[in-house]
Amino acid sequence: MSQAASPTLHIEGTHTVRAAGHWQVGALAHGGIMQVLDAKLKSIPDIGTVHWDLSQIEALDTIGAQLLWNAWGRQRPSQLTLPPQYENFFHRLQETGRLQLKKPPKQHWYALARLKQFRLDMADHALGFIGLIGQLVLDLGRFAGDWRRGPWREISASIFHTGYQALGITALVGFLIGVVLSYLSAQQLHQFGGDIYLVNILGMSVIRELGPLLAAILVAGRSGSAITAQLGVMRVTEELDAMVVMGMQHGYRLIMPRVIALAISMPLLIVWTDAMALLGGMTAARTELGLTIKYFLRSLPDAVPLANYWIGLGKGVVFGGLIALVACHFGLRIKPNTESLGHGTTLSVVTAITIVILADAVFAIVFTNVGF
Amino acid sequence: MDCDPNQPQPGTTPIIQIEGLRTQFDDVVVHDNLNLNINQGEIVSLVGGSGTGKTVLLRHMVGLTHPAAGSVRVLGEDICTTDPRQLQRLRTRWGMLFQQGALFSALTVFDNVAQPMRELRVLPKELIREAALMKLNMAGIGPEHALKMPSDLSGGMIKRVALARALALDPELLFLDEPTAGLDPNASESFVDLIRSLHQEMRLTVVMVTHDLDTLFALSSRVAVLADKHIIAYCEPGKVVEFKHPFIESFFRGERGLRAIEAMPDE
Repeated sequence: MSQAASPTLHIEGTHTVRAAGHWQVGALAHGGIMQVLDAKLKSIPDIGTVHWDLSQIEALDTIGAQLLWNAWGRQRPSQLTLPPQYENFFHRLQETGRLQLKKPPKQHWYALARLKQFRLDMADHALGFIGLIGQLVLDLGRFAGDWRRGPWREISASIFHTGYQALGITALVGFLIGVVLSYLSAQQLHQFGGDIYLVNILGMSVIRELGPLLAAILVAGRSGSAITAQLGVMRVTEELDAMVVMGMQHGYRLIMPRVIALAISMPLLIVWTDAMALLGGMTAARTELGLTIKYFLRSLPDAVPLANYWIGLGKGVVFGGLIALVACHFGLRIKPNTESLGHGTTLSVVTAITIVILADAVFAIVFTNVGF
Repeated sequence: MDCDPNQPQPGTTPIIQIEGLRTQFDDVVVHDNLNLNINQGEIVSLVGGSGTGKTVLLRHMVGLTHPAAGSVRVLGEDICTTDPRQLQRLRTRWGMLFQQGALFSALTVFDNVAQPMRELRVLPKELIREAALMKLNMAGIGPEHALKMPSDLSGGMIKRVALARALALDPELLFLDEPTAGLDPNASESFVDLIRSLHQEMRLTVVMVTHDLDTLFALSSRVAVLADKHIIAYCEPGKVVEFKHPFIESFFRGERGLRAIEAMPDE
């Protein structure tokens, strides 16, 4: 196809404007043409009273017609030469009149109404979350009463996805954190000859704090986002509605299996992460301080009372349940559009991590006198 | 004229030229040695049973997928071998209406239609606003709906907005994938009228996939029947129904088909 002739305007004398060329969006969009036309249109003195000759126009489309129409002040000029094939465009513009777009009320970020909205949103989330926990308790009761027909398949699939498939990443991160922690502590302890206390520092911090927290943050990022996105897409594709219609409750079939699965896989992941972090710490301690692995393992039970281990596992159960609940809470609230999906997933992961750290603080306060 | 798809029509240059096309998904062959020519200003309907690859063929034409063999030339360019800049230029010259609408769910109705115009980066804001509202108006959506989100629209309205978006840049070539599926008879009727008037005004070439016999008979200048992995018949709707093939017999000569043929405009 040949290059379309550019749209041009010729001002002839003081009373005739002749348009020629291709007045189509493809030609108008070529570099600089819009500016030239705009300047030309502005230079015409009496835009409504001059004679407009459109007979030289080779092709016209609705955008070209709209451009001319706007230039004419949204009315037909009194003197107009218009080839009959273009009559329809201007006829329609005249018929339709000016279409107005109702501007939505603009809200500034500092508006007081936002604060109120924020408070309402918070209350809404809190209520929703409490409702979710209540529903979970009811579902657990139903599951306990009729465990043979429970959603076993969903639970085992969830354990596989959230537990087994997370082994690699938790091992890597756990090992590296163990190495870092060991190196940093070893340097400090070495200064005042307390090399052997490395076992205490490493064992206590990893088993009681870091192992559970690391695993929980990784799982919140990994499985929490997956759960939210999965439920969100189910909302977009109306699968959630289909389930309700078929009598499959969201709580029993979607939320409870995930909460149970994470409450099972989380403590197991913590055992794994603890082991990997200690392995990393031991390796670093051997190279940095010359502590043998044998010595490390033998003094570990004396340095870290068993209660700490149980606290760590208990944290795992709680963290896992919380992550699943938060992820489901945000997943079910996603609206059927792409923006809400992205926003909801982000919010879900951020909230899950925050809540895990909050719960960790509660554990620290409640168990102050246990395990030392 | 008989219904042989391989025979080029004399005197005109085809706007779409498909030669020896072959589509294969793993070891399932969908199209084999498929030929099709579409001339400028035609309204061509693609019909065929489910799974015969009508939508896939449409996707080949707009360059979303590439055939395993053969060539697809649209507006004089080979879609598979043309350079990216040329392809980009081609893409402003056609519009496509997707089966489910495919509206941008994060944008309002108005922004959906204005987006292709903004993408050109040169049109003034006011012109875009009025042109987009005009396009919506042409598709039967008043300005009071312009600020709604796609998720708040009914199925028929989504189709209309999607059509307005497909028409945003006044394309020469319009691809419609099941334009009237899911619309009530009234809405289909006005859709058909809209396409017909646009076709007359803007010298539009339309390629549509449809199962709706009423739409097919009301609009098509030619019908291409896809069966046995290629186009088995390609001619005017009045002639295609007489073609001897089991699919055509069942598709057109069932009770529904006969009713639609009866209602066909006499030309």
